[in-house]
Amino acid sequence: MSSVVVSAPERRFRRPHISQVVAFLLLLFLMVLWAIPLLWAVDTSFKPEGETTVIPVSWIPTHFTGAAYENVLNAGNLLRWYFNSFLTSILITVLAVFFASLAAYALSRIPFRGSKFVFWVILAGLMVPGQILIVPLFSLMQLFGLVNTYAGVIVVQIASPIAVFIFKQFFDSLPHELEEAAVIDGAGRWRLYWQVWLPLSRSAVAAVAIFTFVSAWNNFLWPYIVVTGVDMMTVPVGLATVQTAYGIHYAQVMASAVLGALPALIVFLFFQRQIVQGIAGTGIKG
Amino acid sequence: MANMLISEQVQAAEKPGKRSARWKNDVIGYAFVAPFLIAYALFVFLPIILGFGMSFFNWSLAGTGKDQFLGLQNYQEALTDPSFWGSLGNTVLFTVISTPLLMVFGLVLALLANMKIPGRWLFRTVVFAPYILPVSAVVLVWNWLYQPGFGLINGMLTAIGLKEVGWLSDPNVAMLSTVIVTIWWTVGFNFVLYLAGLQQIPQEVYESASIDGANSWNKLLHITLPLLKNTTLLVMILQVISSLQVFAQIFLLTGGGPNYVTRPLMQYVYETGFSSFRIGLASAMSYLFFILIMLISGIQFFLFYRKKGGEA
Repeated sequence: MSSVVVSAPERRFRRPHISQVVAFLLLLFLMVLWAIPLLWAVDTSFKPEGETTVIPVSWIPTHFTGAAYENVLNAGNLLRWYFNSFLTSILITVLAVFFASLAAYALSRIPFRGSKFVFWVILAGLMVPGQILIVPLFSLMQLFGLVNTYAGVIVVQIASPIAVFIFKQFFDSLPHELEEAAVIDGAGRWRLYWQVWLPLSRSAVAAVAIFTFVSAWNNFLWPYIVVTGVDMMTVPVGLATVQTAYGIHYAQVMASAVLGALPALIVFLFFQRQIVQGIAGTGIKG
Repeated sequence: MANMLISEQVQAAEKPGKRSARWKNDVIGYAFVAPFLIAYALFVFLPIILGFGMSFFNWSLAGTGKDQFLGLQNYQEALTDPSFWGSLGNTVLFTVISTPLLMVFGLVLALLANMKIPGRWLFRTVVFAPYILPVSAVVLVWNWLYQPGFGLINGMLTAIGLKEVGWLSDPNVAMLSTVIVTIWWTVGFNFVLYLAGLQQIPQEVYESASIDGANSWNKLLHITLPLLKNTTLLVMILQVISSLQVFAQIFLLTGGGPNYVTRPLMQYVYETGFSSFRIGLASAMSYLFFILIMLISGIQFFLFYRKKGGEA
């Protein structure tokens, strides 16, 4: 907003300085560089198989075709992987948001004994690099009989300390009066949480939910380890097997990559602001 | 007035037996944190303890050797294993190359995106978008770009008369190839942190510098970069920790090859546990790695807060 105010008078005197021209050209160059890999992937995916490995390389397909997509969707397991990814990511998101916001509400608003200690224990979890735990986690899954199940994919991903932290910060910033008014109404804590705090926290809920969903959707290592059957794979795990399956059929490989990347890209285009703010929040916190 | 009334009423409402009200808070408080804490205890704390325990036994993936206590033998084996040191060396090499590049690219991209240039929203979207992609899609695309002959990069190199590069097959280049993929894929994170840092710098600072006759280069060097110091430290800390944990993009792109020159420590831990089935040994390696990461992040945090404190 303030940049609009500032830029207005500047605009009147604008004479493109040489450094601005250089910067603009650099920006254009880097943008093209960053866009090329995805554009090339899309380009390849619309070529007939025989044309992908022709030398010299060419951007323009002589025969534009959607055959690779047809093949991938008909013969491959992609639709099944979509289903698995959607199911697990949505359940992880709902449970993670619910558990974290409930805990954060108690830590922020209910003066119970030991709440400070509980909060520190949860914060300590931020220091643990998750990858270190995969070996014992897999043994636990064997013990619980959760190997190659949806539950096995889900349960490990629902306790998110960072989500508790974000919710608590948000709840701490809301005025106390709201709660006092509701206490007078005789509302119990559960109703306060459910009917007052959650509706008030829509922006925080949205930010945490989008972030959790994207991380769960993109998570590779854990599903790769806990899932053993092709029909239980999530999109990232399934995509990792595509290269071996299609080999040199690069149009189909790229069609799979494009289709696998699409849901995350769509979420990103719709919720770019929340995702970017979520990351920037980490910075401001520090 | 109204506030006083409300708090009086609240007190009145809570009056009947302060003791019971306190107990009630304890019960409800713990009931509310319980779902999170149970999941947290089961899937964060329990594995930490279990992994530590397993690292002292000859534990296999099938469950045999659970009762064969080895003492510190697993740790000894890991620390005398050349492959452990080799892959740790690869991880360190990856971190040393990728961290400065990811910081510089993040900063330069953010500086460009922060200028008042038409179309900068498109630039932001294009630069950040790869960060949101699943790693396996990223690797499929880059594996295709890196192919010899008909791969786009080599195709363009030969078109302008240069020699082909064995991006994934040349042991001297393969690590660089994984770094390039990582920069393209993850720089969006540092980019956003730097952009947020830049937008916190008040415009007035630049305006008064302009009045004093400072040019853009001077402003960058003497205003922007010093004011971004905290952001830079934060980006560095987070980047080092995340680079040390590198696994999936290398595992999928090169499989650790050629001849293990790109295999990161995490991949060796994974292979020890899930290909050689020695999860006791893999746990010991995880713990050694854990200690290393904690040590490095501890040092960084110490430096971070000392610098921050010195400034105030």
